[in-house]
Amino acid sequence: MSGSSMWDAIGGIVRRDLLLAMRRRSDAAMSVFFLVIVASLFPLGVGPEPAVLRIIGPGVLWVAALLACLLSLSRVFTADYLDGVLEQMVLIPQPLAVLVVGKVLAHWVISGLPVVLLSPLLGLQFGLDGEPLGVLVLSLLLGTPTLSMIGAIGAALVLGVRGSGLLVALLVLPLYVPVLIFGAGAVTSSMAGIGGEANLSLLGACLVLSLFLAPWATAAAIRIALE
Amino acid sequence: MQWGSVSDFFAMGGYGLYVWTSFVATALCMVWEVLALWRRRVAARAEQRAALLGGTDETTA
Amino acid sequence: MVNWSKYSSPQAFYPLAGRLIPWFAVVAVVLMGVGLYMGFFVAPTDFQQGEAYRIIFVHVPAAWMSMFLYVVMAVWAGIGMGLNARLSFMMAQAIAPTGAMFTFLALLTGAMWGKPTWGAWWVWDARLTSELILLFQYAGVMLLRTSIDDMRRADRSSAVFALVGVVNVPIIYFSVQWWNTLHQGASVSMSTGSKMAATMLTAMLLMTVAFWLYSIAVILARVRCIMVERESLPVWNEKPAVIQEAVEAR
Repeated sequence: MSGSSMWDAIGGIVRRDLLLAMRRRSDAAMSVFFLVIVASLFPLGVGPEPAVLRIIGPGVLWVAALLACLLSLSRVFTADYLDGVLEQMVLIPQPLAVLVVGKVLAHWVISGLPVVLLSPLLGLQFGLDGEPLGVLVLSLLLGTPTLSMIGAIGAALVLGVRGSGLLVALLVLPLYVPVLIFGAGAVTSSMAGIGGEANLSLLGACLVLSLFLAPWATAAAIRIALE
Repeated sequence: MQWGSVSDFFAMGGYGLYVWTSFVATALCMVWEVLALWRRRVAARAEQRAALLGGTDETTA
Repeated sequence: MVNWSKYSSPQAFYPLAGRLIPWFAVVAVVLMGVGLYMGFFVAPTDFQQGEAYRIIFVHVPAAWMSMFLYVVMAVWAGIGMGLNARLSFMMAQAIAPTGAMFTFLALLTGAMWGKPTWGAWWVWDARLTSELILLFQYAGVMLLRTSIDDMRRADRSSAVFALVGVVNVPIIYFSVQWWNTLHQGASVSMSTGSKMAATMLTAMLLMTVAFWLYSIAVILARVRCIMVERESLPVWNEKPAVIQEAVEAR
């Protein structure tokens, strides 16, 4: 298989999914609203103490981003599964794993990228500024694609399974733990003045690892679901 | 042997609650697992035997 | 030379497992008895932790078994995926509940040990956290299986998740360790510091081997149940008399 046809396949999938998402903009907006609401609830629950908010800020924002990604996971494959497009994709000569990368990339653009773009605003709510705020954005930029990659495995595993919404959370959340630790850790260590580089590079390592492993697992799960 | 008496042994140097909770919980879990498996086996075999013998009723009837 | 591949079919494996279970069970009980005797009557009192340390005779074996069984489950799942072998999936299915039980016990006895030695039931230490996540993954494997009705898909889907989890647990272990070195002060060293007496180590290893043999016996018993439940009319595991009865009734 030539490299260009692989990129063509990925590009084609991304274009198609983005076009579909543009037609249903409210879907994409929902995970962003969810993030904003969850992040706003914490100060109301914990209290307006700026010092406390600064301490819990990175963790809260990361957990909120994680949940926002989780909520949007059912959109990755379900529509294609129900109308039979997924079955056609399996038959395409391109490896299924490559097509999965395209689907995940589109999912990230729709539900991960808005989170990244919105995060500076939410960071301000929690009293983050300067370098930690930048590290927060950077950590989400590196971490949210990993969340989409890992989440796709869970989304494919529960295709057409009863109670799939809760089940996918139970499957995927344990797998999100390392990303959460490194992501929130990067911001925390930047606030402590150590600099977030070490955690950010570990986040990058997670991204590379998930980029190599997750598409294969997802492709296997899709094949199993379609049997 | 470091235990002066039976009550000494159960006291575990003041840590009896922690030590015995651990050991009793482990023992209970294992016994429960074995019993549950026993019951599962009895149920599975009864069902299988019923299918084996009950299948004949359909053919004779 | 024994032809091992012969036993890869459920029909041949079922009676073999039945013959092996009593041996594993008996040796497990004997070793557990010896291990408990060594642990409570031969091993000396630890000069730092007093008698509370005796919890390690169940805690460490349970923790080791919980991790070991997950890996074994994933290996069976992998073999099942690679060779499309029914028996491998049944083994993976049979291992999960026992592994989850040992994970739960490791967490419980860990809390029982932590309270008197560290003054806290729970700390966010690398081992404790990865053990907790391991419990979630066992739960995930079992829940995924029960929510899928089609047996073939249930086998394969839970196998994929088990294999993904194998990559996850070590990453969590190291990430929490890293995270703890960052949050200094909260970190607690689990190592006892003092060298273990030889009798303590012997008792612990005896208990570990006993738990291991117990697991084998229980898992073999469970895989036999699974075989009976799954195969339609598995005549091969009945006693000849019962089959005779069935045939005559026909």
